[in-house]
Amino acid sequence: MSHRAVLPPVGEPLPLRMPDVHRARLSSGLETLIVERRDLPVVDVQIVVQAGAAHDFAAHAGRAHLTADLLDEGTSSRQALQIAEEVEALGASLRTRASWDYAAASLHVLRPHVEAATALLADVLLQPAFDDAEFDRKQRERLHAIGQERDDPRNLASMAFTRLVYGSEHPFGLPIGGVAASVTALGAADLAAYHSARYGPSAAFAVVCGDIRTDVALDLLEHHFGAWRTAVTPAPPLPAAPAPRSRAIRIVDRPGAPQSEIRIGHAGPPRSSPDYVALHVANTILGGAFTSRLNILLREEKGYTYGAGSSFAFRRNGGPFVASTAVGTAATADAVNDMVSEVGRLVAEPVTANELARAQSYLVLGLPRTFETTGDVAEHVSELALYDLPHDYYEEYAAAVRRVTPAEVQAAAARWLRPEELVIVVAGDAAAVSDELASLGIGAVDEYDEDAC
Amino acid sequence: MSAGPGSLGGADDLRVHLPFTEFTLDNGLRVVVHEDRRTPLACVDIWYHVGSRNEVPGRTGFAHLFEHLMFEGSEHVPSGRFDELLENVGGINNGSTSQDRTDYWELVPAHAVDLALYLEADRMAGLLHAVGEEQLEAQRGVVMNERRQSYENRPYGMAWETLQAALYPEGHPYRWPVIGYMDDIAAATLADVQEFFATWYTPDNATLVVAGDVNASRVQDVVRGYFGDIAPGRRRPRAEPPALPVLDADQRVTLDDDVTLARIYMAWHSPAAYDDGDAALDVAAGILGSGRASRLYRRLVYESQVAQSVSAWQSSALLGSTFHVVATARPGTELQQLEDTVRDEIAAMAGAVRADEVQRARNALQTDFIDALQSVGGFGGRADQLNTWLFHLGTADYAGQEMARYSALTPERISSAVSTWLCQPAGIVSVVPARRRA
Repeated sequence: MSHRAVLPPVGEPLPLRMPDVHRARLSSGLETLIVERRDLPVVDVQIVVQAGAAHDFAAHAGRAHLTADLLDEGTSSRQALQIAEEVEALGASLRTRASWDYAAASLHVLRPHVEAATALLADVLLQPAFDDAEFDRKQRERLHAIGQERDDPRNLASMAFTRLVYGSEHPFGLPIGGVAASVTALGAADLAAYHSARYGPSAAFAVVCGDIRTDVALDLLEHHFGAWRTAVTPAPPLPAAPAPRSRAIRIVDRPGAPQSEIRIGHAGPPRSSPDYVALHVANTILGGAFTSRLNILLREEKGYTYGAGSSFAFRRNGGPFVASTAVGTAATADAVNDMVSEVGRLVAEPVTANELARAQSYLVLGLPRTFETTGDVAEHVSELALYDLPHDYYEEYAAAVRRVTPAEVQAAAARWLRPEELVIVVAGDAAAVSDELASLGIGAVDEYDEDAC
Repeated sequence: MSAGPGSLGGADDLRVHLPFTEFTLDNGLRVVVHEDRRTPLACVDIWYHVGSRNEVPGRTGFAHLFEHLMFEGSEHVPSGRFDELLENVGGINNGSTSQDRTDYWELVPAHAVDLALYLEADRMAGLLHAVGEEQLEAQRGVVMNERRQSYENRPYGMAWETLQAALYPEGHPYRWPVIGYMDDIAAATLADVQEFFATWYTPDNATLVVAGDVNASRVQDVVRGYFGDIAPGRRRPRAEPPALPVLDADQRVTLDDDVTLARIYMAWHSPAAYDDGDAALDVAAGILGSGRASRLYRRLVYESQVAQSVSAWQSSALLGSTFHVVATARPGTELQQLEDTVRDEIAAMAGAVRADEVQRARNALQTDFIDALQSVGGFGGRADQLNTWLFHLGTADYAGQEMARYSALTPERISSAVSTWLCQPAGIVSVVPARRRA
């Protein structure tokens, strides 16, 4: 008999070893989180600032994004390309970007050059010039990029979806990079004002991870950020998400498209929700892993798609729940029907013991995989600071995932999933899919009108 | 790496060691084990030395379609169980097909390495016990949708296969796309699957790397147990490697697409992976068009602002590489203007490149190399790197030399490679905006 007739026994997992995070404050008050990882000669340094797109008004969509983008396009002492040349001469990468909940300047560099590269990081974060000519150039580039985003059916579907869910008065309803009108309305002075109002040590933290001693890292940060004194103006509160409406299907027409991009969902809970863990498990079963219900049904059983999945955004103040896929045009209506049914089933029935056990193991035993690189660790450590999580959060998270029961998964799903209020967007060939979608009888079918929401 | 001004410290300072043990089973399976205890993970990474280059006309895309079938069960693993078993232990897995080879990996907590080895062995030994018409039909649908999603329904998505067909003559194994043509995907039969498996999916046509928090001698025992009795393959068709094509004139194609901005794709034939000139063209790509300090970014994107973006890279492959420049035009800019500037910079580089440019490009390559080694597995991690060396060089013992092949390059060598390979006719695909919908 072959050795392969019997599955090998799987031993006991090694205990979870989470990195030790050293927390301290600089004399400027800047919170710092430092993790030593000495196995390869690389270091990540990140300054994370509460200056994301969620901290601005919807009317200024794109401002947080463009502000972060302009940081490394010239400072009081360096021209734009000079910064690029100095960074690249060190073999380093320096990225400045805004997400919904934060803006960040992130440095990745080989150990011998961490001092020189951190000086560049500090320069772009603290002394950006927001020069008119550089602003004009980046503004034009952004406006063309906004045009390009509309070339891609994935973006068309996602943009229509978030607009329908959050409307045009809520930052989440608009693309993070802004729309043509909002970006056109910006000037260099607006970015400089946003920078001076939001980028300060009381609304920021620093993360260092890599091949550097903690005391050396602290000295380096103190040297560059110890005298940072900018006072931060509080961000405006986010407006409430619009009231949900009854389930409807909107089509973004792409005549002749070979596939339909489908987005289904609605507004979701904040990161701080007590249901976070149960929903994470629920989503893993619905569409968060390869063997999830959506992927197995639509890809493996029906062969409709290259892949299907779902996610909760879990931003500080909420963010969408969305199930997504792209299917051949002929399969559109059936796929929409299946996705709506699967969301409903998660609310109506408890998940099976097998599904739950697999999702729990996938999440808990998979944790070490997400702490492999200095970039991975820096990201996790940032999450601790960003969402006010305790230092032993990941150990507790693992235990909490293990404790979740089928009843709790169903209860959390029932609290946060609303099958009767799903926003359904199909970016595809309207002439080919409209009638079948209408005959599903799950909601009115209309062509999407961006200006009407 | 030299330790002059602007370089990255002394060579010893940043030297990377990837120690390994190696053995070959009687059936020809070559195995490399790399112990790496940084994280309690293990990666099982297997390369089958078959890719789209081994396909026959009328069955393009078959190597990739076959890759999909490898996840559909095997003799002792019922259909659908492969992914479940791995997720049950917190593992992930994937595979990919290129022109040259097909790779598969499982990245699992170290205690589950036996399971990953078992799953690989069972499908190498007995895939055909589980894969029938039903599995083929479902994966044909998946792959057709992959083609739609990644190419047909994506802006500029048809540029690559158009470029390949422009670069390679009829009959050259790189002439068609890895994803394959739709009609050929539809035409694949179960008999094709059986034939392909028997021909290419044999232990003597594979290399296996196990990396991570494992014990090498124990891994050796487990590998022998699971893979040792798998029969070696029959004689495989051996085609004489084709000569590097020479274009006697630019090969131009224009595509209409539903895009906002026009884009030009330029490509030149260049030396195969690890051949003389390959590393020089990696460096040349960095100087020409990679990053904001590059020559083309400065001229086209920053100064004249006639381009929205530009990039350049050497795409290394077994039978011959290609060097690529892609530039996206702002409205009002003719693609010819971008092309002229690209040719102009190439001519200038053939004349001379500066030492500081060479150093900058080399530093970026060194950082990329070390970064890739942060991960034990997955695409681009340590196991993948070891298998890359095994595939192209026949040895996994190359960590000490990977960066040395760049540090040996002088500015004159870069110029000479640019002159030899890029001052030549090119394959050129222009993608222009079709009339937009109202």
